[in-house]
Amino acid sequence: MADRDQSEIGGEPLLRFRDDQPHDEPAVTLDAFLADQTPEPSGATAVRLEAGDDARALLPHLDRLALIEVSFPTFRDGRGYSAARILREAGYSGELRAAGDVLVDQLPLMRRCGFDSFAPEAEIDAATLRRSLSRYDYRYQRGADPIAPVWKLRGG
Amino acid sequence: MYRYDHYDQSIVDARVDEFRDQVTRRLSGQLTEDQFKPIRLMNGLYLQLHAYMLRVAIPYGTLDSRQMRMLGSIARDHDRGYGHFTTRQNLQFNWIKLEETPDILAKLATVEMHAIQTSGNCIRNISSDQFAGAAADEVADPRPWAELIRQWSTFHPEFSYLPRKFKIAVIAADEDRAAMRLHDIGIQLVERDGLLGARIYVGGGMGRTPMIAPLIRDFVAADDLMSYLEAALRVYNRYGRRDNIYKARIKILVHEIGADAYRAQVEEEFAAVKQLGLDPPAAELARITAMFAAPPFDPAAPAEIDRTDPDFALWLDQNVRAHKAPGYSIVTISLKPVGGIPGDATADQIDLVADLAERHSFDELRVTHAQNLVLPHVRTSDLHAIWQQLADAGLAEPNLDLATDIIACPGLDYCSLANARSIPLAQKLSERLAPVQHNLGELKMKISGCINACGHHHAGHIGILGVDKKGTENYQLSFGGSGAEDVSLAKITGPGFDEDGVVDAVERATDTYRTLREPGERFLDTYRRVGMQPFKEAIYG
Repeated sequence: MADRDQSEIGGEPLLRFRDDQPHDEPAVTLDAFLADQTPEPSGATAVRLEAGDDARALLPHLDRLALIEVSFPTFRDGRGYSAARILREAGYSGELRAAGDVLVDQLPLMRRCGFDSFAPEAEIDAATLRRSLSRYDYRYQRGADPIAPVWKLRGG
Repeated sequence: MYRYDHYDQSIVDARVDEFRDQVTRRLSGQLTEDQFKPIRLMNGLYLQLHAYMLRVAIPYGTLDSRQMRMLGSIARDHDRGYGHFTTRQNLQFNWIKLEETPDILAKLATVEMHAIQTSGNCIRNISSDQFAGAAADEVADPRPWAELIRQWSTFHPEFSYLPRKFKIAVIAADEDRAAMRLHDIGIQLVERDGLLGARIYVGGGMGRTPMIAPLIRDFVAADDLMSYLEAALRVYNRYGRRDNIYKARIKILVHEIGADAYRAQVEEEFAAVKQLGLDPPAAELARITAMFAAPPFDPAAPAEIDRTDPDFALWLDQNVRAHKAPGYSIVTISLKPVGGIPGDATADQIDLVADLAERHSFDELRVTHAQNLVLPHVRTSDLHAIWQQLADAGLAEPNLDLATDIIACPGLDYCSLANARSIPLAQKLSERLAPVQHNLGELKMKISGCINACGHHHAGHIGILGVDKKGTENYQLSFGGSGAEDVSLAKITGPGFDEDGVVDAVERATDTYRTLREPGERFLDTYRRVGMQPFKEAIYG
């Protein structure tokens, strides 16, 4: 699995779990993105969601977006987890990046919510991350990832 | 009882490994205390005034003798020889060393136990009716549903950094023995057209802004429940307040936007979430339910009891309840000896109760939210022998639901949040009221050492809240609360008291009740009939 490959996660300030090239267009704010939709969109393809922004506002535009960055002002603020789920549930398949106060112990849950890219403020230790992402063999509930929940495995 | 399969065991073992890694990183300085705090809290490890406290999960308050003995063994080897049973049916060890916690968790994992989500801003241990599976009045055993929710909520990827802690209770009877409507989500199993489903209350709680949860959905079918909970939590995670810790519980959100608006948002979310296949199939609930099948009761078990010993008869009348199976009884073991510390049990007592459960109760035990223990399935003909052994161990106080059956938080003796001591006050009250408690009848007394209300004072027939008044401990008295099916919130009587003053005031109030009561009335009933005034006059007059 790509998410357990050390070469993709070691040392870089941006941790990516995608095979495509990083998107390098700067992300615009949600307000700017929405204001730009009419009458003639300039074609921004990257948006940054602040913790309090409504991810659902992006749903009509998902097919035009290549990067959505979700801000974590503090690791305690968990709104971004729901934003990620909502975007993935709506079928968004572009890069979904968690940015800000993102800690190694949170990455496994963030991965399960659909984040596949991370821009943490503080460096994440590669060895700790590797252990952290490979530790659990089973999950109790369905997430945004393709992992089958335990109840599905039990059902055979 | 639920038994782990290799999936459950693997997850709990991985959690031990994870926490060991986290503790190592903390001890080496890789993690700051600020970063470590939410991590350790999500595993039930608090830093109290004098030491670390580890809160062990006892899902829906059910455990067996092997698990109980492990708690006793940990109390001996890692604590000071005792443990404290809590109002969330868990157990706390108060004198724990940080570097020993991974080993303690490893020991717990060998008996299918853990400390997962016993604290932190996540979905906490699911609580339930301590008489589940034994009471005649339930429509079904609520515990399979609680277990299903336990699994769904364990390491939930979206709901592990909620605005605040989140407590769920599941009951299945009209008599509410779990304070269901004082939970963030209260679930009552009900039957409709022959189908079991969940009635959902959202937004109850105690703390500094106590609220009774309003009904949000009258019926959720079993195969919709996880999707519905997912929707209910998602609305909270997105819109619950994060600017002020005291306004961050879901009760504030439901109150501020109103139950109707909250309900509408949840329904909208539910409609979307329901399409995602989050709900386990009926076979999963059936698999769990099979593990909670009734034990093989002896249909010929005799129902007669020899009541000639008056002390035994008193205990029988107070602490033993009718069982759904003829010839069996439900025994509540009081952890409230007169003058003792509510909820505490020594390692030897823990071992004895484990032995009794193994020999006399199909190896099953319960913890109650009132900090007592229960032997749920006892042959009525064994009661006298059990009572004698309990009495020898100081565990036969005949005071279930009486004035000395006090709920109290650890208070300023342990807790870093407390403003006042709870335990010494509970001890004084217990000693003062013990001589009259049988005359007073049912009287639920609850004491919290700070406004966070861990001692459930809002739900006390008599509730006491310890506050800090210019550097001295002061106690506010309130009357009229209930955590039962007649749920209500207590009202403050007036100005507060010092420790001795509040004991005197309680005594004057109970004296007033004895003067005013009509036949069959509890303290709560009399208070509700006559109101605060006569009590106020007696206390302050």
